Amino acid sequence: MFDIRGFGDQLWAGTQVTIELALASLLLGLVLGLLGATARLSGNRIARSISVAYTTVIRGIPELLTVLIIYFGATTALMSVAGLFGYEEYIEVGPFAAGVVALGLTFGAYASEVFRGAIQAIPPGQREAGLAIGMSKLKIFWRITLPQLWRLALPGLGNLFLVLLKDTALVSVVGLSDIMLKTRDAVNYTKEPFLFYMAAACIYLTLTIISMLFIHFMEKRNNRWVGRA
Amino acid sequence: MEFGVVVEYFPRLLEGMLTTIELVLVSGLIGSLLALPIGLARHSHRWWLKAIPYGYIFFFRGTPLLVQIFLVYYGLAQFDAVKESALWPYLKEPYWCAIIAFSLNTAAYTAEILRGALGAIPKGEIEAARSIGMRQSKLYSRIMLPRAFGMLLPAYGNEIILMLKGSALASTITLLDLTGTARTIIARTYTPIEIFLAAGGLYLVMSMAVIYAFRQLEKRQNRHLQLSR
Repeated sequence: MFDIRGFGDQLWAGTQVTIELALASLLLGLVLGLLGATARLSGNRIARSISVAYTTVIRGIPELLTVLIIYFGATTALMSVAGLFGYEEYIEVGPFAAGVVALGLTFGAYASEVFRGAIQAIPPGQREAGLAIGMSKLKIFWRITLPQLWRLALPGLGNLFLVLLKDTALVSVVGLSDIMLKTRDAVNYTKEPFLFYMAAACIYLTLTIISMLFIHFMEKRNNRWVGRA
Repeated sequence: MEFGVVVEYFPRLLEGMLTTIELVLVSGLIGSLLALPIGLARHSHRWWLKAIPYGYIFFFRGTPLLVQIFLVYYGLAQFDAVKESALWPYLKEPYWCAIIAFSLNTAAYTAEILRGALGAIPKGEIEAARSIGMRQSKLYSRIMLPRAFGMLLPAYGNEIILMLKGSALASTITLLDLTGTARTIIARTYTPIEIFLAAGGLYLVMSMAVIYAFRQLEKRQNRHLQLSR
């Protein structure tokens, strides 16, 4: 591995934390996005307005503020809920968990729009065909919509993942030992800020390139049965 | 939760909001001026003219904004040449560092938007201009740039909102923008949720205002298209 002034191991440890955070937030975000999109397209008016409010609010406020609100708010919220059940001990929500929730919420808000577009891009005839042969709504979603959703939504989701990857840096503000915080430790010790922040930038660039290659590979694989016009 | 503190500190939050607006306006202006040559070079057919903007755009879109701010604010101080230069009185101020980082960042995104718009101009319009004998410079100033301007507005509106949200990162280098002000208030009152939610509300209002302004601008810019329907 690269070893910059003896801090190579530290930076690698930070990189692992960043990757774990990105993947965990991706998972939560995909679930939230799918829920948001189905709620938006459902006939239920309450579900629809909750979904609209969720995407509007999350997309309108800074990601940094979301991270701060979740980090400071989660402890208070959890303790007041626990207080209702007679639990009075101090509960702490760590920066990693708060980061996953905050970034997951952000990713989910944007992803729900991507999923909504993808669902609408599936010809309605297919759903009607499912209804005609007596499939239940859940079965239609499971067997007809979902398998095609992945292929249609992947390009949009790929872009969102690249944004998510960069947003993970924000969680260092509430004390997660990711690339940014490890870099700051190195800077405090060596007094060489430019060198180390440039190194951090290169790590993020490498992660971005790897993600781009992976997304490109998945897109190709996804479209292998789709004939070219 | 007690929202009395929000009322008490609301004037301070509004002051922070003014700083945020100032940051976005100034760096948006500088950024769009920088983006013009970068986007035009990126659109060129000569590979050597394309290569430099490509590298620039790739770096600024592939690394977190937080890294870019730290590179400017902490990183530049590593070099004695910078410290002794005439620009140092500006470069040691967090305000100008934030402006520089935001301008460079938004220039990269805006240049890419401009390139997309230039590439989307119908070929026939360019050929028509050429066939009546317009020179290259006239072609750009009379046909391509005004046409691209109308097409890039929706994407540029999104970029302004992204920059508005990104401006919250100025608080990490001690600047008292809306997020920074909220954090100093919280350090005194210990009411993170109330104050952060109030700040989030103000960001939401600003995002809405940007969306509305761009919708009006778009209507105005593309009014010749609406009349023909």
